[in-house]
Amino acid sequence: MLLTADDLAALWLTLKLAATVTVLLFALGTPLAWWLARSRSRWAHPVAAIVALPLVLPPTVLGFYLLVAFGPHGPVGGITQALGLGLLAFTFPGLVLASMLYSLPFVVQPLRHAFEAIGERPLEVAATLRAGPLDRFFTVVLPLARRGFVTAGVLGFAHTVGEFGVVLMIGGNIPRSTRVLSVQIYDHVEALEYAQAHALAGGLLLFSFVVLLAVYAGQPQRRSF
Amino acid sequence: MTDGIRVRLALRHEGFALDVDLALPGRGVSALFGPSGCGKTSCLRAIAGLDRVAGGFVAVDGEVWQDDSRRLFLPPHRRAVGYVFQEPSLFAHLSVQGNLDYGLRRAARPHALDAAGVVAMLGLEALLPREPAALSGGERQRVAIARALLGQPRLLLMDEPLAALDAARKAEILPYLSRLHDSLAIPLLYVSHALDEVAQLADQLVLLGGPHGVHSGPLAPMLARLDLAAAFADDPGVVIETTVGAHDDEDHLSRLDFDGGALFVARRPEALGQHLRYRIHARDVSLALDRPQASSILNVLPARVIAMAATDTPALLLVRLQAGATPLLARISRRSWKALQLAPGSAVWVQIKSAALLDGQNAIHVNTGCAAGGVAGR
Repeated sequence: MLLTADDLAALWLTLKLAATVTVLLFALGTPLAWWLARSRSRWAHPVAAIVALPLVLPPTVLGFYLLVAFGPHGPVGGITQALGLGLLAFTFPGLVLASMLYSLPFVVQPLRHAFEAIGERPLEVAATLRAGPLDRFFTVVLPLARRGFVTAGVLGFAHTVGEFGVVLMIGGNIPRSTRVLSVQIYDHVEALEYAQAHALAGGLLLFSFVVLLAVYAGQPQRRSF
Repeated sequence: MTDGIRVRLALRHEGFALDVDLALPGRGVSALFGPSGCGKTSCLRAIAGLDRVAGGFVAVDGEVWQDDSRRLFLPPHRRAVGYVFQEPSLFAHLSVQGNLDYGLRRAARPHALDAAGVVAMLGLEALLPREPAALSGGERQRVAIARALLGQPRLLLMDEPLAALDAARKAEILPYLSRLHDSLAIPLLYVSHALDEVAQLADQLVLLGGPHGVHSGPLAPMLARLDLAAAFADDPGVVIETTVGAHDDEDHLSRLDFDGGALFVARRPEALGQHLRYRIHARDVSLALDRPQASSILNVLPARVIAMAATDTPALLLVRLQAGATPLLARISRRSWKALQLAPGSAVWVQIKSAALLDGQNAIHVNTGCAAGGVAGR
């Protein structure tokens, strides 16, 4: 067996983390992307810039500030302690929260573009056919933005699987709690266990390629009537 | 409760202001006619609630949709309105059937229009399982019209539904619109800048964007008004409502009777007694003092000169005539006016070079009394 029990635990933890983050990001990112796509508010640009920050910041910067915020004297730490939840740093929930921030642009941006591509007209048509706002969202926006949701989900999931810097800063390296695949590979390399590192790294490489292939092959063709 | 459509809007954009105050009948086709950019589409969008115009009032058959004096504004999905956009705008993720069902499922019950009847009227039976991508532009627009109808509107709005189509597609859809006109029990507001569509379909005409502000009234008298002729650019003319009076199969002619005389036109397929609407262009009408004896012109009618107005072309005048109860327009040269010593009251013979047939369908007539008034735009 090429994978050790620790490897499998890291793999399982990674999948759990990526799935949790993707689901939560859909819930948070859909209304955010909708607002960014349609708002004429002067806050739209600053918010869009903040959402995109993780694309350009070194993960260590994000991780560092999250660590401070999660800490006993940070704003988030204060809240979680007041709620009796303890501190988030070096826990799975802390990892989820950090990963959500880190992967946010990978979910929000495809959704935003998909919503923008739909335009006003189909929504106006639906409104004159007596569809209310929620009805319009579920019967017109969702089906027309289907490709955008697939892209957002795949990218959000894959990007969470691949994160390293933020995880190391915020999660530490606790087996079965915060030690994910990318950290496990790092550990193998540190220990000169190249065969183990190859098994995991090669697997991730293949996974990432397949995911990107799926995204590009499934690009929507622009159609409008 | 008042019948019909009441609309008061004060449209304001940068460098643009239009005040509209309309009372239109609760049946038949009212055309909003005017050049591009005169506010026709803005009117329609405000009536549908797609745009909110401050200080507006919109009521249809006594049901108030917007009254800003009472802070009342129904969003579009709460208004029983059908809207046909310039581009067909079908839902790309639904089949033709799915598009039609979208409107039908959300419509208030009981349904006044049934799906099978609307599908048949617009000739969509064979298209139902198709995807919008597989349809021609004209077919898509027919589906969009059917979809709007199946939403069971109390008012149907059409924003230049033919403007995005080429001439052949237009010709393909016009008969369907005529049929709609004959069978529809609800009012239709039709925006257009194409006079031929308006002349064929409309009962009421609302002129927007002319130099004299907003005018509205029944189509035929509006078209015959000299003071509004400038709004019809270089193609003024009247429409007359006729009845098929006789067929002459030897010469392949039909006689169309109207109040003021009769016209001979190329043999019509319609049965005797059927109604037909004809448009007579002012450029096809010439005048003579004596009845022409030896002339190839078939249609010669006695008429009386009512008034005269200058046109954009200094050499040409527009003359308003009356033949029986029917107003006619003639475009003649200034020199001819002088040479014939014409004046209001003169008795003349009207010669009509050709009469352009407008309506191949059965007759239209729904003109009801309408108190329509316009307030000047600034």
